[in-house]
Amino acid sequence: MAAVVIRDVEKAFGSLRVIHGINVDIADGEFVVLVGPSGCGKSTLLRMIAGLEQITGGSISIGGRVVNNLPPKDRDTAMVFQNYALYPHMTVHDNMAFSLKLRHADAKLIGERVAKAAAILNLEDYLQRYPRQLSGGQRQRVAMGRAIVRDPQVFLFDEPLSNLDAKLRVQMRTEIKALHQRLKTTTVYVTHDQIEAMTMADRIVVMHDGIVEQIGTPLELYDHPANTFVAGFIGSPAMNFLPGTLRNGAVETAGGQAIRVAMPKAEDGQPVILGVRPEHLKIGNGHGIKGQVSVLEPTGAETQIFVDTPSGPVTAVVSERHSFAPGTPITLEPRPDCIHLFDAQSGRHL
Amino acid sequence: MSQAVATGVLSPRRSLADMIPAAALLIVFLAYPLGLGVWLGFTDARIGRPGIFTGLENYISLFEDDVFLLSVFNTILYTSVATVIKFGLGLWLALLLNNSMPFKAFIRAIVLLPYIVPTVLSAIAFWWIYDAQFSIISWALVKMGIIDHYIDFLGEPNMARGSLIAANIWRGIPFVAICLLAGLQTISPSLYEAAALDGASAWQRFRHVTVPMLMPILSVVLTFSVLFTFTDFQLVYAITRGGPVNSTHLMATLAFQRAIAGGRLGEGAAISTAMIPFLIFATVFSYYGLQRRKWQQGGHDD
Repeated sequence: MAAVVIRDVEKAFGSLRVIHGINVDIADGEFVVLVGPSGCGKSTLLRMIAGLEQITGGSISIGGRVVNNLPPKDRDTAMVFQNYALYPHMTVHDNMAFSLKLRHADAKLIGERVAKAAAILNLEDYLQRYPRQLSGGQRQRVAMGRAIVRDPQVFLFDEPLSNLDAKLRVQMRTEIKALHQRLKTTTVYVTHDQIEAMTMADRIVVMHDGIVEQIGTPLELYDHPANTFVAGFIGSPAMNFLPGTLRNGAVETAGGQAIRVAMPKAEDGQPVILGVRPEHLKIGNGHGIKGQVSVLEPTGAETQIFVDTPSGPVTAVVSERHSFAPGTPITLEPRPDCIHLFDAQSGRHL
Repeated sequence: MSQAVATGVLSPRRSLADMIPAAALLIVFLAYPLGLGVWLGFTDARIGRPGIFTGLENYISLFEDDVFLLSVFNTILYTSVATVIKFGLGLWLALLLNNSMPFKAFIRAIVLLPYIVPTVLSAIAFWWIYDAQFSIISWALVKMGIIDHYIDFLGEPNMARGSLIAANIWRGIPFVAICLLAGLQTISPSLYEAAALDGASAWQRFRHVTVPMLMPILSVVLTFSVLFTFTDFQLVYAITRGGPVNSTHLMATLAFQRAIAGGRLGEGAAISTAMIPFLIFATVFSYYGLQRRKWQQGGHDD
């Protein structure tokens, strides 16, 4: 187990710069999720930690040792790949034992470690099978078993659940988290799925276009997004954004509606973006964002209401059941303490 | 749906009728010549004379025929040495071509050149290269001061065998290299990354990932390569015609020599037929011995 320190790390493929100076401190035993849209550089960063990509600038250290120029095998990290990367010609047992065999560990130790990992992952009955004879979830577990057997300083996961169906994904999510709680190995986990990030992470690193937008615990990111990108990326359905201008303690939206906001640290007349999460809107009586219902999506536990407003479409999630006809006029009232204001120019939270 | 299935099913009679063109082609051009060849091997037919059934007489006389026995030896030597070197160099070339490098497609295309040149043309080129008086190899070595007189590549039996094997290797490498390159490209790069993280050195990655993953395609390419080399005719016939003094005959060239040039169809057919057991053995060995591995089977979820 070890802390991972990422300092001013840059990556360029030829003249194309994909990561522009990233700083992340990952504490020993922490579960950190790198999240961001496709092409934000999160997988590249993970592969640089593993040693599969050269580091163009800056440094990465694992357990106090700078690893920039160490080959992957000397970094003591184990990685779970998106496609699992199981050796198809080896049985489950041999897949898990491979790294120890390469190290010339003695047969007894190999047997013990593999048996222990198989027990943790419920793979005891499958040790003599080949990867092709396993289901997706089982293959995923073998890939994790291969990492566990190594007992590495750091676990690296590269979108490990994206090849699984929705139900299995939720189940494996819980298993990976339980595994981490049990082993307490430092873990860096890459995903594009913000729900995975929210549910699994001790801390989340939100990346976008090769920079870090914000680092924080899941609830910090949810409650205090640093900018519109984080605000829109974290949370599902996504936060509603209404552009407008600040006047007399209220935001005048482009559609000509005024929404009162509490004590903004901004000047009158400043162009702003008002952000409010769908779950922080309730159906009001005349005060709030006015519009017409366009679509209603009941999920049982709650109802999603899509509303056309003069400022654009707005989504609300309410727990009561409704049966509005499309076109019904509606007013959505934001919870005053849950309104976010962002600078219209920079997107930064005010 | 059910209607489509109903119309999709053919009656047995209709199915048989549909097979006639393909079956006719196979029978006329494959089964009949093969059967005729085997039959001729049991007769004393000559060109212009049908011949009568003589049983195993041809085979018995062949077993006492030193030229035939030498041709069997030559064929086995030619096939085994050429195949081993073709696969060694072909695999090496494939590994090199699999790396990313500038002008990758262009270089890969160039590698195929020896294979697309007609065999007889390349054989004539080699004949020239191996010529006792005009050999460019001898000329170059003399100019470099390594040797002081020209090498007689084709005049001495062992030298001639080696020269033919070298020509066959030159011609066969592209086929092996391109097939194995195709195999290499099906191996997921993440397997190599996983192995690197697992602590495998470059050699261990080759030994534990590349070789086992390449085995299925290797066995198929090996089978074909052995068959083509064992039955090779053009190179030998164009470069040495089996000489000097019948010392480089392969079974195929000897069969042609006896049957067509010598007119003894029965004996030539017997030599050709004698290749069949070797070919079946080589096919069975390389195909079943290497191809289907247990890890390739299965694939159902349970």
